[in-house]
Amino acid sequence: MLYAIFCYNDENVTSAWSREEDEACMARLQAVQDRWSAQGRLGPVARLLPTTAATTLRKTGSEPLIIDGPFAETKEQLLGFYVADVEDLEQALQFARELAEANPIGGCYEVRPMSIYKPSDLGA
Amino acid sequence: MSDLAWIDAALTAARPQAVGALLRYFRDLDRAEEAFQDACLRALKNWPQNGPPRDPAAWLIMVGRNAGIDVARRQSRHVAMPQEDQLSDLDDVETPMAERLDGSDYRDDVLRLLFICCHPDLPPTAQIALALRIVSGLSVKQIARAFLVGETAMEQRITRAKGRVAKAGVAFETPGPVERAERLAAVAAMLYLVFNEGYSAPPDAPDARSDLAAEAIRLSRLLLRLYQTEPEIMGLTALMLLQNARAAARFDSGGQVILLDDQDRSLWNGKQIAEGLALIDKAVRHRRPGPYQAQAAIAALHARAKRPEDTDWGEIDLIYQALERMQPSPVVTLNRAVAVSKTQGPEAALALVDPLGERLDSYFHFHGLRGALLLQLDRDREARDAFGRAIALANTPAEAAHIRQHLDRLAQEGKRRA
Repeated sequence: MLYAIFCYNDENVTSAWSREEDEACMARLQAVQDRWSAQGRLGPVARLLPTTAATTLRKTGSEPLIIDGPFAETKEQLLGFYVADVEDLEQALQFARELAEANPIGGCYEVRPMSIYKPSDLGA
Repeated sequence: MSDLAWIDAALTAARPQAVGALLRYFRDLDRAEEAFQDACLRALKNWPQNGPPRDPAAWLIMVGRNAGIDVARRQSRHVAMPQEDQLSDLDDVETPMAERLDGSDYRDDVLRLLFICCHPDLPPTAQIALALRIVSGLSVKQIARAFLVGETAMEQRITRAKGRVAKAGVAFETPGPVERAERLAAVAAMLYLVFNEGYSAPPDAPDARSDLAAEAIRLSRLLLRLYQTEPEIMGLTALMLLQNARAAARFDSGGQVILLDDQDRSLWNGKQIAEGLALIDKAVRHRRPGPYQAQAAIAALHARAKRPEDTDWGEIDLIYQALERMQPSPVVTLNRAVAVSKTQGPEAALALVDPLGERLDSYFHFHGLRGALLLQLDRDREARDAFGRAIALANTPAEAAHIRQHLDRLAQEGKRRA
């Protein structure tokens, strides 16, 4: 059985952590990941860059609307995600546009760069 | 993380919004700061017991406002302050309070707080010190350490700056679009000053000073969270991130400057580069160019080049030309000359540099670049003169040492030829 675990926190507060605090926190989290990885149970791990670096593509049925900033609705829920290795934001948005064409009704795609990406230990 | 560390980070994070809102209520900076201080003391007592509030800023604003009003009452009527346990249970009122606080008020509060630090009469160092004290909440001691001055001197400097700000009077009405744009531009310039104060610090500077670069980035991200669609704020944030990404590669172990071309690019910070590139890409989509975006775009071209020889100097030249149109300055032209020397050679670059002599005669980098170009053209004697001028104008020992390397090399080659 595969589960995804999403991390939420107050970005204002986490960005006010000192470098030492941030590093200490990451080290503690790494120890947890190491335990689960040793059991062969750890999939990909990612830390996202701040929401200020996000762009959101809202589906409109035709040409999607591109909005600065993160997804900010409470009426819609997180249903899935993709990780793509792209040259720049434009290419990431192109991927999202193609997804929107394939599934044009409702919702949006938040496009956000990553600061850390560790690929999966799990087999295919 | 300990309770105390969490509370400390939460108070720092909430500070700009909370002090900004309290300033709007009290219309007096000292009162707003005192009220916030009071609220922080109560938070330190209350939060470990009752758990952190869901919206720390809203909690601090409400408690700070009550505290401020109490102080005013006490001063006017000498009525004793109510005991802590007589205060109503804050958790009950916290939620509606948070809902009442309108996002746009928050935005203008934070902007106003940053803006009062940018008063044009204040010299740059006073603006920086004031912002660090009021917005970041650094102690006078911390700021004094960053500027390498005594605590008393810094205290006086900040008090003087506050006095000037108070006399100037700040509009408390909600700003109109033009005024808001003007405030944003002034605040952006001030944040870039804070950044440069930290970024330009020599490698042996106290941590307090180099930390200013990170603090400027934090405040710039905060501003961008509030003004998500402002391309120049994206550009400013990107510029700081892309420059700061090179911090670890800028000096050798002896404290000497390492030029961009000679830096070990594996030491560049990949996370900051990724964030900077995402931000400049976002900004460019708006098609509303500005000086910060232009400078960030240049930094992005350097960041994208895996090796120095991969740098797109032609594109950099074009962006400098755009920057010359937006913000004509001999320094911008001087920087463009570096790109021109890469695309068209030292002769063309020197033709661009020489006419700047009158205005940049007392500028270290002018003579440094001129010397380097003359050296490339084998005009050794003139190169030596230019380097000599540069050394005399060097701002830091590291700058002087860098030029001295050129001079030493020239001297050695001269001996060999002789």
